[in-house]
Amino acid sequence: MIETDILIIGAGPTGLFAVFEAGLLQLKCHIIDALPQPGGQLAELYPKKPIFDIPGYPEVLAGDLVTNLMEQIKQFQPGFTLGETAQTIQKLEDETFIVTTNEGTKHHAKAIAIAGGLGTFEPRKPILKDIEFYEKEDRGVDYFVKEPEKYRGKNIVIAGGGDSALDWSIFLSNVAKSVTLVHRRNEFRGALDSVEKVQELKSSGKIKLITPAEVVGFKGNERIESLDIEVNGARMNVPADYFIPLFGLTPKLGPIANWGLEIEKNAIKVNNALDYQTNIPGIYAIGDVNIYPGKLKLILCGFHEATLMCQSVYQRINPGRKYVLKYTTVSGVDGFDGTRKEAEKAVVKSID
Amino acid sequence: MPQDITIKITDREGLVHEVQAPTDMNLNIMELIRMYELAPEGTVGVCGGMAMCASCQCYVLNDVVTLERNPDEEAMLWEAYHVKENSRLGCQIPITEEIDGLELEIAPEQ
Repeated sequence: MIETDILIIGAGPTGLFAVFEAGLLQLKCHIIDALPQPGGQLAELYPKKPIFDIPGYPEVLAGDLVTNLMEQIKQFQPGFTLGETAQTIQKLEDETFIVTTNEGTKHHAKAIAIAGGLGTFEPRKPILKDIEFYEKEDRGVDYFVKEPEKYRGKNIVIAGGGDSALDWSIFLSNVAKSVTLVHRRNEFRGALDSVEKVQELKSSGKIKLITPAEVVGFKGNERIESLDIEVNGARMNVPADYFIPLFGLTPKLGPIANWGLEIEKNAIKVNNALDYQTNIPGIYAIGDVNIYPGKLKLILCGFHEATLMCQSVYQRINPGRKYVLKYTTVSGVDGFDGTRKEAEKAVVKSID
Repeated sequence: MPQDITIKITDREGLVHEVQAPTDMNLNIMELIRMYELAPEGTVGVCGGMAMCASCQCYVLNDVVTLERNPDEEAMLWEAYHVKENSRLGCQIPITEEIDGLELEIAPEQ
């Protein structure tokens, strides 16, 4: 059982920043996310696109914002359960919660902060016969690259034409025995440097490119042994240990929708006059996943909501205790890892 | 102030809505659909208008707007479902005076 003060569901910018604000109040956080890496939409949908409305950053790449947030919160040592979806919640008699993921990981927390953004990202699956069989129990179909090491020395076929297909082809070309990239068109849509890198790896024979083409079937009894690929109406068979279709992700509110929370327009209703708490005391919703009159789905609004939520959790855990707001510039930041950040002392010296 | 234009949009249930659209707010068709709540929140404009999800796919029903897609849009529609020749992404159609009278149908959910 994982023990924590605040269990945050969703590792997007709002969820990550909540770790920082909680840390200032000496509250420990643990984050669950369905994706294998932190960052939410920013990491998954548009890591190389710029954002222009983060206060203090005239321009910041989404991926860099995630990197910075991870750096900002690291001294508060958040725990992560990645690649798993929060499935069920149970409220105990002492007003604490147990959240269990789809893989059975249990988390015990004093408060829950749902920072789920658009919801759980579910992979868009190609429509292929028997794909449900092969996607189970490591039979060869994967929709995410969770542990790259498992592909070492294997024959990999990746399908898709976007950034993740390009980037994982590049990455796995150094790990796998062979990497074949299949795409329905000749044109790829990704960051220019990724497209150029794949071009280079293709020329040097490290990636095999098959376009315009589509995977149309599997061969193999216990698990995948090869794939049928249709190229310009002709069929070919390519040996494969793993098939990784990367056709993007669709967000769904998912199991959270069944937690008894008030839902409106696919979002969770919260009390915006106070602390972004839901209709269930102890469960909060912050960032894009919540709704209240005047709601704006902006990262900067999520940061604000995360901050007020942490104050409310502090009061919940320490009832009646007075809290005095402190400025980080004045009091510094004491990490759970023993580190301390503080402002340099001003020099007191006379000027002749 | 510039005059609003009229756009006719058939929703996913087949209901036809004639809506007024301002041309001075830098809006696009996806945002117009959300403004009038012609499809439930979370089922349209999921990626925020980056041509990365196809949830705002529309079928263009008259020749008020070109069927020519920009490269991002074309790439997305290659990977989307329910795509027809007259498919466009709503987020890639800016609302200007030139598209007054446009008729569209919102494509099924992805």
